[in-house]
Amino acid sequence: MAIVVERKRLNFFERLYLPQIVSGLIITLKNLFRPKVTLSYPDQRPTLPDGYRGGPTLVKDSQGRQKCVSCQLCEFVCPSKAIRVTPGSIDPDGEYFYIEKAPKEFQINMLRCIFCGMCEEVCPEKAIVLQDEFTFAAQSREEMIFDKQRLYEAGGTLPDKIMKWKRVKDNADLERDSH
Amino acid sequence: MDRVKINVNGADFEVDAGQNVLSACRSIGVEIPFFCYHERLKVAGSCRMCLVSVGTPARDRKTGEVVKNEDGSVKIAWLPKPSIACGTNVSEGMHVVTDSDAIRQCRGSILEFLLLNHPLDCPICDKAGECKLQEYANAYGNGVSRYCESKNVKPKRREVAGKIILDSERCILCSRCVRFCEEVIGRPIFGFTKRGSKTEISVYPGGDNDSNYLLNAVDICPVGALTEKAFRFQMRAWFLRTARSISPESSAGVNTTVWTREGRIYRVTPRDNEFVNDSWMSDSGRYFHIGRGARLSGARLDSSACDLPYAIDRCVEILRLSNFAIVASAFQTVEEMFLLKALAKAAGAPVYMVSHLGEDDGFLVSADKTPNLRGAFVTGLISEYPPDNLSALAEKIDSGEIKTVLCFDEDLKSLGLGSAHFKKANVIFCSSVENSSAVGAKVCVPLEGEMEKGGIWINRQFRMQRFEAVVERPKWAASAVEFLSQLLCRIGGADFETPDVGLLRSVIAERVPQLKGCADIPDCGTLIDASAFAGVKFPEKAAFKFDPASVGANGG
Ligand code: SF4
Ligand code: SF4
Ligand code: SF4
Ligand code: FES
Repeated sequence: MAIVVERKRLNFFERLYLPQIVSGLIITLKNLFRPKVTLSYPDQRPTLPDGYRGGPTLVKDSQGRQKCVSCQLCEFVCPSKAIRVTPGSIDPDGEYFYIEKAPKEFQINMLRCIFCGMCEEVCPEKAIVLQDEFTFAAQSREEMIFDKQRLYEAGGTLPDKIMKWKRVKDNADLERDSH
Repeated sequence: MDRVKINVNGADFEVDAGQNVLSACRSIGVEIPFFCYHERLKVAGSCRMCLVSVGTPARDRKTGEVVKNEDGSVKIAWLPKPSIACGTNVSEGMHVVTDSDAIRQCRGSILEFLLLNHPLDCPICDKAGECKLQEYANAYGNGVSRYCESKNVKPKRREVAGKIILDSERCILCSRCVRFCEEVIGRPIFGFTKRGSKTEISVYPGGDNDSNYLLNAVDICPVGALTEKAFRFQMRAWFLRTARSISPESSAGVNTTVWTREGRIYRVTPRDNEFVNDSWMSDSGRYFHIGRGARLSGARLDSSACDLPYAIDRCVEILRLSNFAIVASAFQTVEEMFLLKALAKAAGAPVYMVSHLGEDDGFLVSADKTPNLRGAFVTGLISEYPPDNLSALAEKIDSGEIKTVLCFDEDLKSLGLGSAHFKKANVIFCSSVENSSAVGAKVCVPLEGEMEKGGIWINRQFRMQRFEAVVERPKWAASAVEFLSQLLCRIGGADFETPDVGLLRSVIAERVPQLKGCADIPDCGTLIDASAFAGVKFPEKAAFKFDPASVGANGG
């Protein structure tokens, strides 16, 4: 049912009009001499609080290893379906052959991403991190789909004490040839 | 079957006698966790995950009479230690407790043992999401590890027979794979080496470890120790949708589950059917859909592309013009064959089929390499076992008796028809795949593939089984049932309506006596009356759950 709101009638003083303008100008003048609280964005950038959730990025560990192992949990948990991981194998002759798995391609559609941080929370490798970048602009929709390279560039290296994949035992004696 | 009364967690139940406590509890909906037990394999009792407390009515040693408590109830003699549910058979009056503190502690401790040397591989492990160890660790595990020594290191990423990746660290030593190879394949392939916590699952290095059924070991491995190479790192299990399908590889009619995401097929696994294939399927059947050749991806008239409705109009015109013959395919469903038979009857068209024979492995790949030749017999398309070529049709075309050939799937040029025949007769080729018939054909009608349609196939046991569409049909392809009903309506002779497949099935059920139950087939399929075909000489050998002599004799 519609709700009818009665409009209050203006009294004589209010209808005079000029006093209202003057009182408004007084407020403006007062504020002119108060200290500034706004930022001249984009020339000035805000200082972001800790734990700020900007755009998701992929990071490397302190040894420069790309951390994502393409477990696809972030793709699963992402509520806006912004992430698409194409899993792949690590070259068996490469340095990190024993980690076996890494993404072949990793895409985040920044138009879909809602910066909720679920991917960061779910990631078992701490490989995806929401960092400080919050302005994304592009000429086309395609440009807003960030690929693996771009995500790693944006992510950089994150110093990390836990070295989950660092080898403690040398099992080079266990030959890896096939049967 | 005999029934016994048992008491589970204080409630009385009646269950089938002769089974173990684990399956008895399952049948009444009480979950007992287990790793090594598999209902199609012998009991090994090696994982101890299924521990439960078991007691039987106490009996007096001297008189053998049941001892009563003071209140008159039967006194239960509990075994002092928990027993494995998989290795204990139910007996009259047995009491079972599956959810006491002691049992919960047992489960937690077993999981702690299993996880001691288990790698933290879940993020890179293909089993994640469907791993029993993950599920049970979550449901019954302690949540924390007290182990601070370094873990044992075992060989990882080893290839077995070029199709399995073996990771010994993830193995929980349940011996399912070992038992599978010994009991089902009939030849030991996997085995344990070393001792104690260093025990490893391994295969004989350099030996012939291959078998066309080896990948079943991957399916039954409860953890990610054995993973399929072709599926390795393709997609996580939790993204995949499943559809109930049937392997078109041969007339064995193996039940399968097809796993897809966004219209792409990622893997095919067996679906349990105790009357057909138990839990097994051939490795070749898993990859059958990959080798099906290029798709016939658009309607064509005289080899140039055209619209599908236009092509269908031309088909009708050509078929009306002159006498035509039908070349049916044993990949067609019973529904399609029924419509085809109606069309043949209405137009007086002869029907030809060819047999596609190959090797019979005596297990789940039969000699007949088509899934539904029995369907052609039952729907009345053919009455004799078809030859392996179409020379009879070629002669009819040569003599000018046949002017048009309506061909489904078959590769005419490899079956005895030459270019001359394609000139003499108009060929209408309807199929999902491209082959030589499409090249010289007057009209090509693209149809949906086996994975895109649902229907009924009849396997070598004369068991009718239904399967569902796995992926969506592409827009440019016609549904075979719709296409055939259109032909039937427009050429005349339809004395029934076929607005949809469900109704079509009820028409079939009414008109074909053997297919009476076809509108409502249970998951395990229905054996149909095959006595009418007892005289036909089928090429399939005796095999797993299939005795050629009993078919037809059983009368349904
Ligand atoms: S970013 Fe993390 S959660 Fe996402 S795929 Fe990579 S490892 Fe998995
Ligand atoms: S076998 Fe299971 S628990 Fe072990 S790493 Fe694989 S998914 Fe994880
Ligand atoms: S490889 Fe798998 S099936 Fe074989 S013993 Fe180990 S856990 Fe069991
Ligand atoms: S399932 Fe009973 S001991 Fe493994």
